[in-house]
Amino acid sequence: MIKDFTARLWKLGDDIDTDIIIPTEYLAFPTVEEMKGYAFSPLRPELAGMIRPGDCIVAGRNFGCGSSREQAPEVLKALGISCIVAGSFARIFFRNAINNGLLLIENADLHDAVQEGDVISVRANEYIEANGMRFGIASLPENLVEILDAGGLVKAMRHRNGVE
Amino acid sequence: MGMTMIEKVVSRNVGKAVKPGDIVTVSVDRVMLDDIMMPFIVDKFREMGFRDVWDPDKVVLIYDHLVPATQVDDTRHYHVSDDFADEQGLPHVHRSDGICHQLMTEAGYVKPGDVVFGTDSHTVTYGCVGAFSTGIGYTEMAGILGTGELWIRVPETIRININGTLPSNVTSKDIILTIIGKLRADGATYMALELAGDVVDGMSVASRMTIANMSVECGAKCCLFAPDEKTAEYCGVELTDELRELRADSDASYAMTLELRAEDFVPVVACPSQVDAVKPAAEAAGTRIDQVFIGSCTNGRLEDLMLAAEVLKGRKVAPYVKLIVTPASRKVYLEALRNGTIDILAKAGAMITHPSCGLCCGRAGGILSDGERVVATNNRNFLGRMGTSKVEIYLASPATAAESAVQGEIAWRKA
Repeated sequence: MIKDFTARLWKLGDDIDTDIIIPTEYLAFPTVEEMKGYAFSPLRPELAGMIRPGDCIVAGRNFGCGSSREQAPEVLKALGISCIVAGSFARIFFRNAINNGLLLIENADLHDAVQEGDVISVRANEYIEANGMRFGIASLPENLVEILDAGGLVKAMRHRNGVE
Repeated sequence: MGMTMIEKVVSRNVGKAVKPGDIVTVSVDRVMLDDIMMPFIVDKFREMGFRDVWDPDKVVLIYDHLVPATQVDDTRHYHVSDDFADEQGLPHVHRSDGICHQLMTEAGYVKPGDVVFGTDSHTVTYGCVGAFSTGIGYTEMAGILGTGELWIRVPETIRININGTLPSNVTSKDIILTIIGKLRADGATYMALELAGDVVDGMSVASRMTIANMSVECGAKCCLFAPDEKTAEYCGVELTDELRELRADSDASYAMTLELRAEDFVPVVACPSQVDAVKPAAEAAGTRIDQVFIGSCTNGRLEDLMLAAEVLKGRKVAPYVKLIVTPASRKVYLEALRNGTIDILAKAGAMITHPSCGLCCGRAGGILSDGERVVATNNRNFLGRMGTSKVEIYLASPATAAESAVQGEIAWRKA
C-alpha cells in the first residue's frame, strides 16, 4: 500500500516533455543510473545534481508529454523522486510511471499554492497538505492500484509467471 | 445508442460492446519494436520470467532511430536485437529499410480494425487505415511479448469534421498543426480523435497518415479514419461490409465535435518550442533560417518529397541554408529516384540522406547550435531535439519548408 510521507518539492511549469526529462542523446546509455545525471538538462541542467532522494516534483498541466520513452519515469525514480503532483499527465508517461511503481497524483490547484523548496505532506489516497492548506487526491482505478501495490509491472508479471 | 469508431474497433477485438471509461483487456494483433528501446524490452522480458514470445509472426522489429549509428556503442542495440530475433525466430526484421511507422503500414503489417502497440509515441500513425494503434513503454511491451494482451481504458472521442474545398497551398500538415493549435498540447489527453468530412474523404492515405501521426501532440491516444476504397487498396485488402461497419454510427456520442471549414485553413508553422504554438506562416515570414529538414514519419513520404520538388524545381536553396531531405523508407527513396524527384531536389541543392528517423530525433548529421533556426517537417520542436536547447525549431509542411529553403527565411507557397 502507498504510505504517508513528506517531501521537499521542485517546481516546474506546463508541458514538461519527455525530451526535457531525458533527451534522446542519452537514451542509449546502457543503464538508467548512467542517464540520471542528465535529467531535465535542456531546461535546468543543474537540477539533477540538486535532487535528493525523497524529493517530489510539482508541475503544471500535461507533465510527461511527447515520446513513449520509459527512461523518463525510470530516471526520476532513480533520482529518488517520491511522487509527482501535476495538473495533468500525458497518457503514456502516466502508464509508464505506474508500471515502474512511481506515484503520480493529479491535482490542478497545488501548483499555484506552493514555492520551490516548500515541503508537502501526502496522506495516502486522501489529501496533500501544503502551507496549511489541503488538496484532495482522486483515487486510482483498481487495476492500477494492484500494479503499484505489486511494486510495478515487472514484479506483477513475475508473480504471474511463478518466479519470485 | 450508436458507437464511435474506437468503440467499434475495441468491441470487435474483445467480443463485447464497450463504452468510454471501460477498462478491458485487448488481444494484440501486431506489435512494433524499435531499435532504441530493444535492450530495455529484452531485459524486462527476461526479468518478468518469460522465455518465449507469444506469437513471433505478430512481432515486427525495426531499426530506424540508430541507423546508421551516430554515437559510440549505438551498435550494441543491433546486436541485442539480432540475438533476440534469432533466439525467438522473429520473421519480420527491418535493419535499414526506413522509419518504423512508414514500414508498418507500407509493408502491410497493419490492417483496418487491428489493435497494434509500439514502443514509440507516433505509433498512433496507423489510425490512418482505421486501426487502433498507440505508443507504450518498454515494460508493457515486454508484458505483451509474453502474454499477447494489454489492458486499456476505452477512450472518449473528439470528432473533427472538415468540409468544403481546401485552398491549393494547404496540406494535411497545415490541418493537423491547426487542430493542435486549437486543442492545445493536452486538449485530447486520454481521448481518441476521429476525422471525417469531404476533405478527409478526398485525401490520400499518406496525407491521413500525417494527421494521425501528429495526433499524439495534442495528447490523443489514437486518431482514426474510417476505412474506404483508398484504405483497402493501400492495405491490399477487400473493403468488406465488416470493414465498412467500422465507420462511426450517426448517433454516436462524442466528448466534443469540431466543425471546420476547409476554406479557413492557411499554411501554418508551429513556433519554438511547443507544438501548439501555431500561427499562420505569413506571421512568421521573414525570420532568417540556417537549415531545413524534410523527412520523418510525419512528412517523409513520396507525396511530401514530390511537393517539395514542385516548389524547388528550377530554383536553388539559399546559399547559407543547408537543406536535408530524408525519405521515410527505402521504397519511397527508390520511387523518388525513379520518378525524377530526387534529381530535382539534388539539383536545387538538397542533401539526400539514407531513410531513417534522422534529424527528427537528433541522432544524425545536421545537429545545430545556439541561436540557429531550422524549419522542419517532423512532429516535434521540443527543446534540444536537433542540437542544443537554444536551437529554434519551426514545424511546417514540406511546401513551406521548401519555399523557406529557397528564400533563406520563413516563407510560404502562395495559393
